[in-house]
Amino acid sequence: MSVDLAVRDVWKAYRLDQGRALAVLEGLNFSVAQHELVALVGPSGCGKTTLLDLLAGFQRPDRGSISFGGRPVERPDRRGILITQKGSVFPWMSAWRNLTFVLNGVPERDRADRVRYYLELVGLHDFVDAFPHQLSGGMLQRLELARALVVRPEVLYMDEPFGSLDALTRLRMRLEFLRIRRDEPETTVLVTHDVDEAIALADRIFVLSERPMRIIRIVEVRMEHPRSMADPRAVALKDSILHELGAIRD
Amino acid sequence: MTASYAPIGQSVSRLPSRASRAAPLLVVAVLLFAWWGAIRLSGTHIFPGPWDVVLGTVALAREGVLARHIAASLMRVAVGYLGAVAIAVPLGIAMGWNRSLHRALNPVVQMLRPISPIAWIPLAILWFGVGNASPIFLIFLSSFFPMVVGTIAGVHAVERQYLRAAENFGITGMKLLRYVVLPGAMAQIVTGMRIGLGVAWLVVVAAEMVAIDSGLGYLIIDSRNAGNRYDLVVAAMVIIGVIGFALDLVMRRIERIDSVRWRYVR
Repeated sequence: MSVDLAVRDVWKAYRLDQGRALAVLEGLNFSVAQHELVALVGPSGCGKTTLLDLLAGFQRPDRGSISFGGRPVERPDRRGILITQKGSVFPWMSAWRNLTFVLNGVPERDRADRVRYYLELVGLHDFVDAFPHQLSGGMLQRLELARALVVRPEVLYMDEPFGSLDALTRLRMRLEFLRIRRDEPETTVLVTHDVDEAIALADRIFVLSERPMRIIRIVEVRMEHPRSMADPRAVALKDSILHELGAIRD
Repeated sequence: MTASYAPIGQSVSRLPSRASRAAPLLVVAVLLFAWWGAIRLSGTHIFPGPWDVVLGTVALAREGVLARHIAASLMRVAVGYLGAVAIAVPLGIAMGWNRSLHRALNPVVQMLRPISPIAWIPLAILWFGVGNASPIFLIFLSSFFPMVVGTIAGVHAVERQYLRAAENFGITGMKLLRYVVLPGAMAQIVTGMRIGLGVAWLVVVAAEMVAIDSGLGYLIIDSRNAGNRYDLVVAAMVIIGVIGFALDLVMRRIERIDSVRWRYVR
């Protein structure tokens, strides 16, 4: 598979008061292949959200480079869409309008077909006129996903996308997401606290250290979908990752 | 069509029971009774009872005086208030969005804002004379500042995640302002407009008490001066209250529009 997203020697620090600096990334390197789903798993505050901001172009690295499809990432653009736990569908627009609004430059006649296709893909075809406040948490996340996919991005950055959902809805959303990915296999970088979620979804899992962040281990998940967390391979993988994160001690 | 969706994950708000719907009427009835009782107990001949006020109102209405005064006040409020909306909302959006403009104009706004519109009456008469222009100017001024401040606060309160999403999808310039910033700020803009309208209605009465010969404010002062007709004074006060209440109901309806309501239901 060809390299899609390349992170080369990326450094990032935040200036604190009295001239102090908080180092978040010190020379981070990795790459993500086209259509691959990489999950980033790490302790709270290790810099995962900063990394996603850098990848999506919302922040610039102090040093190093980030490129996507061979082109450097310098600012946010629709080639890479960021989805966060907080959600950002516009609450003053209907589901339909949320999607048509972001389709800049798409001819009017194609717009409706495309919006209908993606709302159908995420199972919201009966809710086209609904406003976000009329939707449940899971439906909102699906709308978020549909709005991201409708612009046909080359990569999705997902920051704890299902983090605010209850346990049952989270499980459902994982399956939904895998189903959607069968039709729309965008390159995806998923940040999650949930090791189960990483194992259930990812092609590779990057286990991250505390700040300044480095990659402790890269795990290739060679299990077919849908993955059961009761599968002995999943159990062993989860144990080893939790060990590395310091959540389980011998 | 949106009305066909039940708000998922929220309990459907219960309709008010018959008793709770009757409660405001009961309160009004108790107040009227207390008023009537106080008049009877005190034996006053100057202050009117509720029935005197009703008779006074009917007499004014029959003569056509009431409608003329109400129309005069409403016209002044409409012109002054809508003029203020037309300038305050765009200015508030510009000040909320542009940091340099905010830095330049905000001190002046904050300095002028606490000055009571009543304090402007002498200057208004000096500048605009004793016609309609003076009260219209005072109404404009009184409703202008709450709306500017409300709009600035609304723009500042637009959540960062919506601005970032717009940036991510390449939405910039006027499209960003029109479809993201303005609706994101709309709930607070409408609140500012509600406050502005309330203040405008307060001020029109005060402004009409000075150097003008129509409107509900004039009716109050004229009723008192022309033979201590306190029944008409109180009648005008009640009418002012009822119209103020009706204007606020109209503004509340705006808050129920879906593109505004989201702020109150999330």
